[in-house]
Amino acid sequence: MTAPQKMTIVEAINRALHDAMAADPRVLVIGEDVADPEEGGVFGATKGLSTAFGEARVRTAPIAEQAIVGAAIGASIGGYRPVAEVMMMNFTTVAMDMLHNHAAKLRFMSGGQTAVPIVVRTTTGAGFSTGGQHSDYLEAWFAHMPGMKVVAPSTPDDAYGLLRSAIEDEDPVLFIENIPSLWTPGDVTFEKHPLGKARVTRVGTDLTIIAHSLMVGHALAAAVELEGEGISAEVVDLRTIAPWDRETVLASVGKTGRALVVHEAVKAFGIGAEIAATIQEELWGRLRRPVKRLGGAYCPVPFSKPLETAFVPQPADIAAMARDLIAD
Amino acid sequence: MENDLALTGAQLLAIYRLAIRIRLNDERVIKEMMAGRLVTPYYSARGQEIIPAAVSLCLDDDDTICTIYRGTHDMVAKGFPLDLLWAELAGRVTGSCKGKGGPMHLTFPEKGCMVTTGIVGASMPIANGLGWAAQLDGKGRVSIANFGDGAANIGAFHESLNMAALYKLPVVFVCQNNRYAEHTTMARSTAVERLSLRAAGYAMPGVTVDGNDPQEMYHAAREAVDRARAGGGPTLIEAMTYRFNGHLIGDAGGYMDKAEYATAQAADPVPRLRRQLIDGGFVDAAALETIEADIGAEIDAAVSAAFAADFPELAELTRDVFAQEIA
Repeated sequence: MTAPQKMTIVEAINRALHDAMAADPRVLVIGEDVADPEEGGVFGATKGLSTAFGEARVRTAPIAEQAIVGAAIGASIGGYRPVAEVMMMNFTTVAMDMLHNHAAKLRFMSGGQTAVPIVVRTTTGAGFSTGGQHSDYLEAWFAHMPGMKVVAPSTPDDAYGLLRSAIEDEDPVLFIENIPSLWTPGDVTFEKHPLGKARVTRVGTDLTIIAHSLMVGHALAAAVELEGEGISAEVVDLRTIAPWDRETVLASVGKTGRALVVHEAVKAFGIGAEIAATIQEELWGRLRRPVKRLGGAYCPVPFSKPLETAFVPQPADIAAMARDLIAD
Repeated sequence: MENDLALTGAQLLAIYRLAIRIRLNDERVIKEMMAGRLVTPYYSARGQEIIPAAVSLCLDDDDTICTIYRGTHDMVAKGFPLDLLWAELAGRVTGSCKGKGGPMHLTFPEKGCMVTTGIVGASMPIANGLGWAAQLDGKGRVSIANFGDGAANIGAFHESLNMAALYKLPVVFVCQNNRYAEHTTMARSTAVERLSLRAAGYAMPGVTVDGNDPQEMYHAAREAVDRARAGGGPTLIEAMTYRFNGHLIGDAGGYMDKAEYATAQAADPVPRLRRQLIDGGFVDAAALETIEADIGAEIDAAVSAAFAADFPELAELTRDVFAQEIA
């Protein structure tokens, strides 16, 4: 058993890729700037891989997302386990045909004869003034594709453990990394964490806050604030968005009777709508208040700092909404 | 020189066997559709038979192909079993894809029939990935990407050719230029006169051949496949041909030039090859009739079995979405 180590999320991702490639010669990496002559990517997430495993397995690619994801799909059908990096989540839109029409559907359309066990790693998140085309959370697009799994870790340990499981998974996985928290440190246990399992990150009794990625930290900060006011908030980290862990969420809300779903993606038609609807379908008689949602404003992510900050749900917004839920 | 390139009788006959198999199968699909027994979108490749027939002569079962919605001919030439094909066209559970894919998603990996896509241009990025896998395996396998002239104008073409040349992937890009992108002629959609000229822009060999000529098509495919197997990287082949049945069955082809269409029909490559076999003394008519009758009987059996088979049970809706069935 490897002793736990303190490391950042980006270090945990690098380590997970390294360990996965060492464990299984079928694991490949392809993406823009991923090899060492290009310094292992803009965030260094793939640093050292091409030196350790060779450029036949770790391919720096042209800026051609369709070709990158297509190459990953083809190699996976050919028996490999490619991890494609699409630098920013907004750039996945350039490869949407490969992702939606092919990666997600080939298993079904072939009657199970072919499968696409790929991971597509991508980064996103507002906070660095990257504006309307470098900050979007598009998880609802991908969660709406039957056949596609969507994973979004919030801690270094989950980044490691969920990425290892995503690489071993038999289905395509979109793996979302939040940029502002890439350098957040935490203990990494080097254990693999199963996909499809949420975690109760903080136990509480008065309401359940359901979040993923950066919003888990914001929810925990809000919960600390609320504690001082005598409100006990439970925080559930989804970790996997598709397929999401209905059991854990419903058990928590069944206990607290109040639910608030928070995501950075635009609120309208976001995954919060699906989760809120499911909670109301399953727990109608036991809910003490209607389910609430918090999400990004209905506009492209803005550049100007005050606008960008206001776009994203902040801990104070979460706390305020929680107080609303508690008040009769 | 001419004699060095001339195909043997055995090679010509092998191409004919595949070409007539494609043609008879295609005609039967249309017949069943017209009779109302088969309800499916169908993109006929009548007129384009020689291309995959000649290419397939250069391939083994573990070489892979990716093709597009107008790709039944490519799949039949690669060895797709007709019984599984017909059951799939009929949406039956006995189809290769359990009836869940249909004609636009024909798949049969045992024979290297890896992907049929309904999206123009999408065969190429995926064929590159299969080429990457073949390169890593190091067993000299090759990956074929089939597509039409219309697909040469989509981004996937350009992204894929650059990547394949950059990585020296064992991929052969077979552009079946049937002169029409849906209803639009090449002249009205494409500025360059020959698509093979684009190969130079990606630093790969490119050639335009008469795809309806078995000898030209075979040699172009042979050279490209041999180069790919030997680690020499990809090739773009532009195979000139003609589409006899419009974009979709039911499309009257009013936008097609009548004289051009008549000329192409008069030069139908399948009967032309048949005559060549007989006139060259390679095989007599009776032997060809036997071959044709055998294929006809195989199709009859495949059709009957397909229509007699069950439709998939509704539980198939939750299977094959993920590796594990959805609860």
